[in-house]
Amino acid sequence: MAESIPPLSVSQSKDIRIVEFTSNKILDEANIHQIGQALTALIDERPNPKLLLDFSSVDHLSSAALGMLLNANKRVKERNGQLRLTNIKPQIYEVFVITKLNKLFRILNTRAEGLASFTQ
Amino acid sequence: MKLVFDIPSDFDAGRDVQRRVVEQVVLHKFEADSVFAIRLALEEALVNAIKHGNRADPTKKVHIEALITSQRAEILIEDEGPGFNRARIPDPTTHPNLNRPSGRGILLIEAYMTTAKWERGGRRLRMVRDNTPLELPQTKSGTG
Repeated sequence: MAESIPPLSVSQSKDIRIVEFTSNKILDEANIHQIGQALTALIDERPNPKLLLDFSSVDHLSSAALGMLLNANKRVKERNGQLRLTNIKPQIYEVFVITKLNKLFRILNTRAEGLASFTQ
Repeated sequence: MKLVFDIPSDFDAGRDVQRRVVEQVVLHKFEADSVFAIRLALEEALVNAIKHGNRADPTKKVHIEALITSQRAEILIEDEGPGFNRARIPDPTTHPNLNRPSGRGILLIEAYMTTAKWERGGRRLRMVRDNTPLELPQTKSGTG
């Protein structure tokens, strides 16, 4: 059995869950599936979930990771919640621009801006 | 430097190829943006070949050739699947596809490589990345 490191590190600011990725690569399907499951559990914890995904540790991601983020976004919306992305490095942000997902997700430059962007 | 691999339809084997090709790209002093591009395109191309081409059939192989010089990386990836018609793949950047969780691999390969061509009815991808900065869309952080 492979050593199991939790894929996400979660902290809290008021009613906002701040989620950091523990791996610098969000590439392979097994890893992405694990992250997706952990995100789903966080989203389902309460009604109107507020999640801030902090990408500061992420150096690589794939189209499968984008798919996982889209599924999370859909689930958050279904539960009348809010999802924000922050601290995305320029190389990774390019991937969002090329796929035009920068228009679909709410992306903020800094964690402080991300936290301030949530509405009550 | 030329690397040749014949791997089973297995993601771990694909990842090992990716690692070995990227290792050579780094040794040939490709700049960081090119290394990032090649790693991403290889990830997408190998997943496509294994998952969509060979449908993860363990009896089918993926053939990979990578010719790497300090000027360019030319990579060929061929699966044993039925092939596909590139022109019939929907644009993932337009509605209603923008919300769909899949279908972005080809877009990323074409955006990040200098050239990408599908041959033999879509079973073989030939992609090249020159070791020069590639003009990509403006990276201005937005608020959506």
